[in-house]
Amino acid sequence: MNAYSVDHSHDDHHDHGPPPGLMRWVTTTNHKDIGTLYLWFSLIMFFIGGFMALIIRSELFQPGLQIVDPHFFNQMTTMSFWILPFGFAMMLSTLFMDGGGPASGWTIYPPLVLQTGDALPFLIFSIHILGVSSIMGAINIVATIMNMRAPGMTYMKMPLFVWTWFITAYLLIAVMPVLAGAVTMLLTDKFFGTSFFDAAGGGDPVMFQHIFWFFGHPEVYILILPAFGIVSEIIPTFSRKQLFGYSSMVYATASIAFLSFIVWAHHMFTVGMPLVGEIFFMFTTMLIAVPTGVKVFNWVSTMWRGAMTFETPMLFAIGFVIMFTIGGFSGLMLAMTPIDFQYHDTYFVVAHFHYVLVPGAIFAIVAAVYYWLPKWTGNMYDEKLGKAHFWLSTIFVNILFFPMHFVGLAGMPRRIPDYAVQFTDFNQIATIGAFGFGFAQILLLVVVVKCIRGGSRATDQVWEGAHGLEWSVASPAPYHTFSPQPVVK
Amino acid sequence: MAQLNARLSKFGLFGLLAYITSSSAWADWELNLTQGVTDISRDVYDMHMFVLWICVWIGVVVFGAMTYSMIKHRKSRGSEPAKFSHSTLAEVIWTVIPFGILVTMAVPAANTLVRMEDTSDSEVTVKITGHQWKWEYEYLDSGVRIISSLHPDSREAAALNSDVDPNTVDNYLLEVDNPLVLPVDKKIRFVLTASDVIHAWWVPEFAIKKDAIPGFINDMWTQIDEEGIYRGQCAELCGRDHGFMPIVVHATSESEYEDWIQAQLASAEAEAQSADREWAMDELMERGEGVYGTYCVACHQPNGQGIQGVFPTLVGTDLVLNDVGGHINVILNGVEGTSMQAFSTTLNDADIAAVVTYERNAWGNDTGDVVQPSTIKDMRVQ
Repeated sequence: MNAYSVDHSHDDHHDHGPPPGLMRWVTTTNHKDIGTLYLWFSLIMFFIGGFMALIIRSELFQPGLQIVDPHFFNQMTTMSFWILPFGFAMMLSTLFMDGGGPASGWTIYPPLVLQTGDALPFLIFSIHILGVSSIMGAINIVATIMNMRAPGMTYMKMPLFVWTWFITAYLLIAVMPVLAGAVTMLLTDKFFGTSFFDAAGGGDPVMFQHIFWFFGHPEVYILILPAFGIVSEIIPTFSRKQLFGYSSMVYATASIAFLSFIVWAHHMFTVGMPLVGEIFFMFTTMLIAVPTGVKVFNWVSTMWRGAMTFETPMLFAIGFVIMFTIGGFSGLMLAMTPIDFQYHDTYFVVAHFHYVLVPGAIFAIVAAVYYWLPKWTGNMYDEKLGKAHFWLSTIFVNILFFPMHFVGLAGMPRRIPDYAVQFTDFNQIATIGAFGFGFAQILLLVVVVKCIRGGSRATDQVWEGAHGLEWSVASPAPYHTFSPQPVVK
Repeated sequence: MAQLNARLSKFGLFGLLAYITSSSAWADWELNLTQGVTDISRDVYDMHMFVLWICVWIGVVVFGAMTYSMIKHRKSRGSEPAKFSHSTLAEVIWTVIPFGILVTMAVPAANTLVRMEDTSDSEVTVKITGHQWKWEYEYLDSGVRIISSLHPDSREAAALNSDVDPNTVDNYLLEVDNPLVLPVDKKIRFVLTASDVIHAWWVPEFAIKKDAIPGFINDMWTQIDEEGIYRGQCAELCGRDHGFMPIVVHATSESEYEDWIQAQLASAEAEAQSADREWAMDELMERGEGVYGTYCVACHQPNGQGIQGVFPTLVGTDLVLNDVGGHINVILNGVEGTSMQAFSTTLNDADIAAVVTYERNAWGNDTGDVVQPSTIKDMRVQ
């Protein structure tokens, strides 16, 4: 492209903003529009997935089967994870097919998953679609970060949120093809007579688990690393103090990403690995506690001797640090192979990963919504409603997930639609918590819609203690954000 | 511990007495991991408590510092933000200390793991085979083989919209028809495999859990210190009735165990001979109903109609009304590529004859066909 055409296109953009109506959203190449689409899509999936989770909790309210049959129950447990990404329509449609939806859990282990009826190829193709979408998105993020930083924005000056996304995008590029390979082997095992995972033909069902978790463990850090970044932006803002240990935060994130590739078999300690394998994966898994601990200590040190205020984003961020750490504690316990044999595939594990992903990842994302919503819409959200949303969510999320530690230790396996009567009390408490938490999320929708429609005008700065380029442009940000480019000193 | 105390005080002195004298292995199970009844399980419990307390203390320090900071360092109290942004010393300290704590946890854990994985010098070997959805136990030293599936009382109460209240069923979902009988004070080795999908065998009181994988053999061991009844469940999602294949172990004295083995051998012998005699239809129907209720009902349903699109109906089909040979063949050899498994090793001749007879005469099929065990015996030879 020559200099003339660059100028020309620039003029074009200044002349007309986004195309009006629906086509704006279909043809857009604007990062803020695409981001908006992603966020709305996620919010809708959050509610659909949450609704399915409530069906599960309703069935588990008391022993005996009242609402759904076991097959449907297993379908729900599978759906609620895979529903989130693209391919959801194809995925959902399998619920109405002959043989029903896939009912093998989100981990889709063979041989069980090969007993799926017509839904299997749809499941696999929807995973392919999600993989393609994730890889494209990740390449876009890596290319943008490498090539399009503002003048003077060196790597070690980037906001931590950008760093965590940079590393997350690399993880996605590394592991999504692995998952695609694994599910394609399932497809050929089922329809083309191969036996990758069938011992009768020389294959090994456990090999699938190794490949799956080589994807699956980095995947859980894909879910949590951006949350680390968000919290590392919010806590300094509301502490009115610089992030403590910026460079150690970057290195800790990179270490966690590296370790994520060599810990996968801790998800499968009971498959009968050789002793040295079990010891290796136990030690590497325990090591993750070190960089994760560094992060938590740094957040606390950022708050230390700051001048804190507690607006909704800060509340969610602090909730994140505390409850994510609780999830980290149970993670440390699970890392230890001999005791993991007791915890494995019980509700203790369910409690663990829900603590790191719900009051962990989801709280951080909600914090981000509140934090950047004024910049997004140009209006301040309703602080009272936001705080109510935080307190209701925090109280109910603990009522929902904390009792799961107890029933897990007491011996309740996960992924069962019905349970022995001695588990009833805690399951009922969890179900009540689930409905409370679910309904509390309607407040989020109310706050977002209310904020889009009006509210007091947001300033450019929005938050007193905020630093970073986004706070130097108008609220809402202009369609092309910066012209001319900002220079970072 | 605190929760346990709170629980006890809730029930008062009588509750405490009942609690102490309770023989149920489940009673003290509701909040914490069981201590179990083996050396290994007590080790595992101690390690669990050790790590739990480490986590609690780290939590107290970290959350304590956060809480202090949130109270003291608020803008509304006039706090002025400090300027510091890093401290190499602090960062080295909070990297090294956690690493040291991890080492104190890792060493005993590795030692216990080494002991858990040493299956040598066992005195009794039991082969465990997982099936959808029941367990098969084979005592490799004596050749005794039993099939253990969910107790009919639990199955009845568990049905969708059942009239039976699960609270009225003893050990709901944790009772089986034929428990595994094991001697105490002997090193018992389990070898595990599966016939269809992956299952996992777990009894919390023994602190052992391992996957049963089709086509592969895993092993593990235990040595039970106390006589009693110990219960567990399948711990790997294995399909529709994953939640309905419990494990029950009766741990007995060695002499009781030997008696039980002899009794099993005798009844197996009697069973084998019964295949040669002529059976009456009533006899076959009664036995067939029992076999159907244990092995077939989970998929084909109490009314024989299966689940549309998933499990085929047995009512009024050509196979059931006309093709006797085909019907027997499906039960003996299964149907490849479906969840219909081969029952030739699971069920004996009388069982198969009975269930075929039952299916051909129940639910209005009324073919009047009577299939004799000897027919099954002949078909096996072919």
